[in-house]
Amino acid sequence: MEGSVYRAFAYTTRHIYLYRRSLPRLMEIFYWPMIDLLVWGFISMFLASYKGALPNFVAFFIGALILWDILFRCQQGLSISFLEDMWSRNLLNIFVSPFGPFEYVASLLIMSIIKLILASTVMVSLAYLLYSFNIFTIGLPLVPLILNLIVMGWAVGIVTTAIIMRYGQEAEVLAWGIAFLVQPISCVFYPLSILPGFLQKIAMLIPSSHIFEGMRHVINHGTLPLSNVIWAASLNVVYLVLAVGFFAWNFKKIREKGLLAKVGE
Amino acid sequence: METVVEAIDLLKVFDDGIHAVDGISFKMKKGEVLGLLGPNGAGKTTTMHMLLGLTTPTSGRVCVLDIDINGKKRAEALQRVNFSSSYVSLPYSLTVVENLTVFSRLYRIKNRKEKIAELMDIFGLNGIRNEPTRRLSSGQITRVSLAKSLLNDPEVLFLDEPTASLDPDMADRTRTLLRKIGKERGMSMLYTSHNMAEMEEICDRIIFLNHGKIIAEGRSEDVVRSLGGTSLEDAFLKVARRERGENVGG
Repeated sequence: MEGSVYRAFAYTTRHIYLYRRSLPRLMEIFYWPMIDLLVWGFISMFLASYKGALPNFVAFFIGALILWDILFRCQQGLSISFLEDMWSRNLLNIFVSPFGPFEYVASLLIMSIIKLILASTVMVSLAYLLYSFNIFTIGLPLVPLILNLIVMGWAVGIVTTAIIMRYGQEAEVLAWGIAFLVQPISCVFYPLSILPGFLQKIAMLIPSSHIFEGMRHVINHGTLPLSNVIWAASLNVVYLVLAVGFFAWNFKKIREKGLLAKVGE
Repeated sequence: METVVEAIDLLKVFDDGIHAVDGISFKMKKGEVLGLLGPNGAGKTTTMHMLLGLTTPTSGRVCVLDIDINGKKRAEALQRVNFSSSYVSLPYSLTVVENLTVFSRLYRIKNRKEKIAELMDIFGLNGIRNEPTRRLSSGQITRVSLAKSLLNDPEVLFLDEPTASLDPDMADRTRTLLRKIGKERGMSMLYTSHNMAEMEEICDRIIFLNHGKIIAEGRSEDVVRSLGGTSLEDAFLKVARRERGENVGG
């Protein structure tokens, strides 16, 4: 018995060595509790601010969840498809072919859209069947909302992929969690006004906060403020250009450092 | 004879200051099988990766089929070459035929089905055509990888220790097959291996690298004569042990 306990503790050193040297893994320990606390804390504040019944409760939350999933699926669809190549040690085969890095990213974008269509079909159908919530009641404003979320998901996904390509398995956790970094300030489940002043200013720089503000406006008033669309689209253009630029710069660095053969180690 | 690959003053210094490849120049002729040999860390893989444009040189230039591999026409050169390594795999969940189909599409092979069927015949893959790659033995994966590397009828084939995970019988069959295909198609091959007998058997010419420099070059017997020893393996051991300050004997 004593020997078993000793060996069990002995093997924990394997994980401690790993965490001691890996900032992303170390951060992950604190990351999810922090995100949960922030999101649920702000939701609680939002609910507490209503004395009576909350208007459009189902539409607010389920609509927000479906739209958030669009952003998340786009980012993850891209990053996970890349991870599949990394896990199967296939990247060298790809990059010794005439298939260029930007064509590769384009193929990941196409794949993310296919995954998004499949996931959204299931979510929208289930929301209708189980909660009688029809996302299409939002009407035409749904189009700019979805398009902006797709582009933002792509921008985040491209940056994530570039970082994983550079830092390998160390950075793999980003594929699952990076989108949630912006969730608290994206104001998915609560209005922007719930955030403290300084966070409101930061949130204004996040395209998704404008999209979810727009969504709530459509649900409450039936119209989508043009300002929300313009802000979100403008920020998305900037972030997408920066993301592609970052990917190009990073790929150049990876080739300089001879890291392509080591991705995944 | 026509030059298909040319490395000119190739230098690669990594961030830690290590000169992985230290100003080497060489040419590879059409139809030639050129071996890159050297101890671990000699710069073989870095050289091969620079030739393929996977790693950019610190200085120097690589021309593959008269195209600068780091220039704008990189894709044009890569369309005409291919690569196989025992350290690189193919998507595990895809079947053999699916993997070959994906890569034949990437190389825009026109007569795709016929090409895949031909290579499946050559490498004896018909019995496992619908098996997911993850279920294959290392020998089978090597054969699939080699089939992939011949999809585009490459003019130059880069082979990084292609027989490393094969038993002697399978390794011998693979070498024979490669030699035959190379001769039939006039294909040039750049070959790395730690198997000295294999290098002696398959290579027309060998470049011996140590610390990123070419220390011997020529036919295998020239390399042996230049480095001293009774065989390529003996010469290799002398170089490796001299490095460590050990008594090299004989």
